[in-house]
Amino acid sequence: MTDTTPATETLHDVTVSVNGVRHSAAVPARRLLSDFVRHDLELTGTHVGCEHGVCGACTVLVDGQPMRSCLMFAVTAQDHAITTVEGLCSAPDARTVPTGESMNPVQQAFAECHGLQCGFCTPGFLTTVTAYLEENSSPTSEQAREAISGNLCRCTGYQNIVKSVLRAAEIKAERAEEHA
Amino acid sequence: MTTQMFGAPIRRKEDPRLVTGGGRYLDDLGHDALAAAFVRSPHAHARIVDIDASEAIEVEGVVGIYVHEDLPGRVGEPLPLLIPHPTLTHGRTGYALAKDEVNHVGEPIVMVVATDRYVAEDACQRIRITYDQLPVVVGIEAARSGELLVHDDVPDNVAAHMLQEVGDVDAAMASAPHTLTLDLDIERSACMPMEGKGVYARWDRDRGELRMYSSTQTSTGVRAAVAAKLDLPLAKVECIAPDVGGGFGVKIVHPWPEEVLVPWAAILLGRPVKWAEDRREHFISAAHERGQLQRVTVGFDDEGHLLALDVKLWHDNGAYTPYGIIVPIITSTQLLGPYKPGTYRCEFWSLYTNTVLVTPYRGAGRPQGCFAMERTMDAIADELGLDRAEVRSRNFILPSEMPWDHGLLFQDGRPLKYDSGDFPASLAKLKDLVGWDDFADYRRQAEAEGRKVGLGIGCYVEGTGVGPYEGGHIQIETSGRVNVSTGLTSQGQGHETVFAQIVAQELGVRMEDVFVTTGDTRKMAYAVGTFASRAAVMSGSAIALAARNVRAKALRIAADALEVSPEDLEIVEGTVRVKGAPATSMSLGTVSVLSNPLRYAFDEAAKAATQFAGTFDPDKPPVADDEEPGLEGKDFYSPTQATFANGMHAAIVETDPVTAEIKILRYCVIHDCGTMINPMIVEGQVHGGVAQGVGGALYERMAYDESGQLLNASFMDFLMPYASEVPTIEADHLETPSPLNPLGIKGAGEAGCIPVSAVIASAIEDAEGFPITRMPISPYDLWELRRRHADGEIPSLHRTSRTTSTPSTSSKEPTA
Repeated sequence: MTDTTPATETLHDVTVSVNGVRHSAAVPARRLLSDFVRHDLELTGTHVGCEHGVCGACTVLVDGQPMRSCLMFAVTAQDHAITTVEGLCSAPDARTVPTGESMNPVQQAFAECHGLQCGFCTPGFLTTVTAYLEENSSPTSEQAREAISGNLCRCTGYQNIVKSVLRAAEIKAERAEEHA
Repeated sequence: MTTQMFGAPIRRKEDPRLVTGGGRYLDDLGHDALAAAFVRSPHAHARIVDIDASEAIEVEGVVGIYVHEDLPGRVGEPLPLLIPHPTLTHGRTGYALAKDEVNHVGEPIVMVVATDRYVAEDACQRIRITYDQLPVVVGIEAARSGELLVHDDVPDNVAAHMLQEVGDVDAAMASAPHTLTLDLDIERSACMPMEGKGVYARWDRDRGELRMYSSTQTSTGVRAAVAAKLDLPLAKVECIAPDVGGGFGVKIVHPWPEEVLVPWAAILLGRPVKWAEDRREHFISAAHERGQLQRVTVGFDDEGHLLALDVKLWHDNGAYTPYGIIVPIITSTQLLGPYKPGTYRCEFWSLYTNTVLVTPYRGAGRPQGCFAMERTMDAIADELGLDRAEVRSRNFILPSEMPWDHGLLFQDGRPLKYDSGDFPASLAKLKDLVGWDDFADYRRQAEAEGRKVGLGIGCYVEGTGVGPYEGGHIQIETSGRVNVSTGLTSQGQGHETVFAQIVAQELGVRMEDVFVTTGDTRKMAYAVGTFASRAAVMSGSAIALAARNVRAKALRIAADALEVSPEDLEIVEGTVRVKGAPATSMSLGTVSVLSNPLRYAFDEAAKAATQFAGTFDPDKPPVADDEEPGLEGKDFYSPTQATFANGMHAAIVETDPVTAEIKILRYCVIHDCGTMINPMIVEGQVHGGVAQGVGGALYERMAYDESGQLLNASFMDFLMPYASEVPTIEADHLETPSPLNPLGIKGAGEAGCIPVSAVIASAIEDAEGFPITRMPISPYDLWELRRRHADGEIPSLHRTSRTTSTPSTSSKEPTA
């Protein structure tokens, strides 16, 4: 970090928990959380589609709530717990699939329902939907559509994303039952 | 038998990686790279008087600042004109960094390379450029008036003027019982992939080799162009398309200025350099499409049969023409859709404006052509008081008339000759799906409730899978792993999956053993690119042919080893076995071992191929005269012409009587792309295409002001549809195989978006009772049309009033 930052820029110490791991770093005040996560921590699963908070591709969970990481500074994440798409893989209800990856119910559902094409916007949908299902565990089709209406996707036309949300709710319920 | 793979809705091999954060897109690479940023023109047309970078060079962390004069040799020459055409008499391309003059807002002038992007942008802000502003040409009407010029040496702003005619249109028009003229207008939109463009280059000084990554639709094209620009041997340049976050056409253009400059800087500085486009840059310095004015004159008989179709198009090509005139050529040929025009003439003018350049966006000129043709069909139906589907049906090319040669030259310079299609069957399916014949009842019911509804229809034919060629290479390792490579790239189409399905089927191996690589010039140096809905047709066919070669080779080797005839063998789940006696068998991995005679054993399995193992015929060489070592094979597919897919869409819309809000109640699709490799993926492509079409029909437009400023260059202001704006799509398929390729497939990528503006215009017109001639249409536009209709400025449809007037709303005579 320090060797890529101009000496004239004041650095601030920040400690952030990302996917359960504490990271301490010295960052410029203007360093976006999205850049901090992607380029400093090299967790590149979070993507940046517009850098003005409209597309939702960079959505991460901040203490469980979906937030646009391009609209937050790394320094404002001080003492908060951030979950990125990589972190969803180690959720308690994640399961290992035959190809070796561990997926939470939402990740699993997107793969099952062809809920993604190029995959660039997908991490933002996955984090958003993961948080949404915590609030509403059995959405209707209309509610599912509403829940994803803050994220842009240019590939899918959203239909299979709606389907994925509904399927994710099912998988989540199945796994909760297994657990119980 | 091996489980049927081809044609099954198999889950994508890409997805476990992509949903777990394992995708690697351009800006996910090169954490050690320097960052490039650009100073871009804030003016649409200006002369550059002076560039002062003295303050910028002071910024800590700046490594280099470059202007046009710094670019040596071919780096400083104009960018290539990729697709020349005899009628493109005044083709113009820009420079990697502007030389003396800028022709649109966003044109790059200065490149800054610094330790990180923040610093590079800091430096950009401190660069002072003095301009002499020049008069600006914005909009097609301003361009065609020719009063002001974009390029001083291009008279009337005309880049190209092209005319194609089949039959004697003037005579047929003169004798036609009915004629109508329509003036139509389609505005600009853009691909807007969620990931912008990006380039990352590393120079290996020791080996004199360049490796570059680009978020591109053609890695072989970028490689060739960059090698030429930088004067490097092709053998010393490799280009890789990593995961690409959508393309939709814009990333087929190459080399973008940054694709030349970033590798050039990496070599100059001896350090890796990266540039990732931000969203504003994408709006003002990538590419747009669609903008056209159209005048259609049609002659027809009392039954609605077309006798003469005379079309004039004025196409806005923006400031430069690096991609030639492919878009208007496609409009002018694909406009014909599933119909026989009687006689046909299409004349177009491709015009310069001081705006972002115009290159193919999904559909590539077809949405405009379909709009022109389908608006015409509705106008004929209204004029004659006929059912709109019936008029279309009377003009269809019938299955018995295939192949149908329109007598025109298509975008690939080859005949516009439809190979197959069953348009009457498609229409029958569509009418059933949407409930065409019951709509009158539905409308009456809705009207009784005070609601305004309309039904719209649109039909298209799409030439897909254009040449020149693609290749496939397949290699089976001794472990049984099957490596497949093809040179074209992927931007979300699921190529890793569909190509694996083809190989699994053709070769008799398991899906999980097949690994597909695309867009990597190290693996396949010969390729064209991903555009024109061509990947499945071209690479799919090439890979199928390669698989057949590998299969034949595997059977030859196994037959020899098992001492049976190759005809007696089959391959099931990766094992070669004797038909009816499956115990006599060997795995493809073992066949792979045997295919490569060894001197040195590297593991247990390899021992079987060494020189003292087993018996051999001492009179034969270890590798037979016509064979090569290794269980691998390659083939190329190069068709004589495109294969033509088709589809028909219908929609029911409701327009709010007070607010003029437009709501799509139902959207139905019948889609025929020949044999489907994976129906789940085809359907996904259709969904995505329709969603982009809905954007283009109701929301998306590039709002340029008179000075050439793009007023809505952000996602805040450019209204791309969210889930809340896209209807649920009801899709059904027809599979009319193409006779042209080994798999019977036709392209599917672009299809969904082609007829949407035509369908929505048709439905709104049906709801409102007056002609819709301009798209996209917002509630405000519709409200304004209602006002003008009420004031008598716009005539009613004959359907509602049965008065006689033309559906034309133009008050101005266009001039060329």
